[in-house]
Amino acid sequence: MNRLEFRDVTMRFADASGRASITAIQGVSFSIADGEVVALIGPSGCGKSTLLNIGSGLYAPSAGQAFVDGERVAGPSRHVAFMLQKDLLLPWRTIAQNVALGVEIQGQTKSECARRATELLRGFNLADFAGRYPHQLSGGMRQRVALARTLAIDPSVLLLDEPFSAVDAQTRISLQHDLAQTLKRAGKTALLITHDLLEAVILSDRVLVMSARPGRIVDEIPIEIGYRDEPLRRRQDGKVAGYMARLMDRLEIARPASDQPQAPQPA
Amino acid sequence: MTPISRSALIRRGTAASIALLVIFLAAWEWGPRLLGIPSFIVPPASAVYAEFIRMLSVNHLLFHTGVTAAEVIAGFILGSLLGAVFGYLLGMSPTAEFALSPYILALQIAPKVAFAPLFIMWMGFTVYPKILVAILIVFFPVMVNVLTAIRGIDPDLINLARSFTASRAQIFWKIEFPSSMPPLFASLRIGATLAVVGVVVGELVGGNFGLGYLLTFGEGQANTPMVFVCILMLTLIGGIAYLAVIWLEQRVLHYVPARPLGGL
Repeated sequence: MNRLEFRDVTMRFADASGRASITAIQGVSFSIADGEVVALIGPSGCGKSTLLNIGSGLYAPSAGQAFVDGERVAGPSRHVAFMLQKDLLLPWRTIAQNVALGVEIQGQTKSECARRATELLRGFNLADFAGRYPHQLSGGMRQRVALARTLAIDPSVLLLDEPFSAVDAQTRISLQHDLAQTLKRAGKTALLITHDLLEAVILSDRVLVMSARPGRIVDEIPIEIGYRDEPLRRRQDGKVAGYMARLMDRLEIARPASDQPQAPQPA
Repeated sequence: MTPISRSALIRRGTAASIALLVIFLAAWEWGPRLLGIPSFIVPPASAVYAEFIRMLSVNHLLFHTGVTAAEVIAGFILGSLLGAVFGYLLGMSPTAEFALSPYILALQIAPKVAFAPLFIMWMGFTVYPKILVAILIVFFPVMVNVLTAIRGIDPDLINLARSFTASRAQIFWKIEFPSSMPPLFASLRIGATLAVVGVVVGELVGGNFGLGYLLTFGEGQANTPMVFVCILMLTLIGGIAYLAVIWLEQRVLHYVPARPLGGL
């Protein structure tokens, strides 16, 4: 069964002058099966985040439809949770209260909120920090708390928008490990937007490549490496280089930049 | 900052403050005489203290101080509440803000103290015109700060709450209201001192009670020490109001990282 599906989704915005419209994404269709993790990469401004906002029901698409668990997305729903590059922790709430934000909004009792927060924080080795405030935690810990908050509402689909791009390289590796383990253990479905090609390859079952604006899906690469819950082991796998090369080619990273017209064009 | 250096800072800072106070009082007591300034221009500290003791029994100083303090408290609380409510309402409705902004701006530019004679003509020599001037003068900084705070909230934060299926009321109480607390308190600090200005101007313009009245009374008698006593009492009222706001702020904003000396 498809947990998340986009059917021919197009999104247009008014431009700065308000007269013309800009097409951010054009006719995007893909689906994500139950328990699958799909990475989405593409150049800056190709509409990746717009797609995520449509999936979470924050924006309505100009044309086409998004479906979660077979139901058409008509607004924010309890089945979808998103996580951004910014941790978006509320400074006046303790770590435990931050984790419980979603369940609290959804009307759970105080004791149930506290129980879920405690359970998740224990899973992320953050139980000792439950009573602390966000400013007392490191960037990596804060991002872990944000992930715990996302999981607290027990969503069917996680939408992750460059969740680790603001943390340092070493922290990122450990966060990637945590995420992979958590997704596997909980059997969650996820759409992971990232700029990091290696991250896309080692964390996902499938990589979708988007073109520059107007964004459309130009390639789909199944990652056939296995042990998706062990990104550290995946990093060592010999097949990674091949996938990276194909992604770089698709994103036209290896080719000379357009501001060097004299350089010879590869065949 | 480590706890050790912080406590050292407090110790050294307190000692320096007390030393400055002693130097100031000594300069006030003996400075004018040394410089040959007559005591009806700058009365020495001892003369002002003697006048303070005299005013306690003869001029009902505590009664007048109490009236002024009560007007300040009433004007400050009502002005802040009104300013905050308008700030939240306009912050949540861009249309209302757009429609009302020219009028709000006009009222903000108009010198609020100039309304004092008008209010006294309307309401007579009662406490109400004084409170009304204070309300008007406190209203704007609070409203502007709250409005700016609501406008400045990260839209992703609102989207996060929306993605959790938050209602409009939940977004307000869980995100917008707590987000506005630091700027609200910054404006309350300003408001606490401005409320004193509003009340005194009201009392100067008309009436027969309050420290503003005593100020004009002392001026009329060319009683310089009396004027000094009134200024000191007004400073005391403003100072206590300011400290009360800081006391409340430290309880409400306890999650904010500690600043040296609580950011006085």
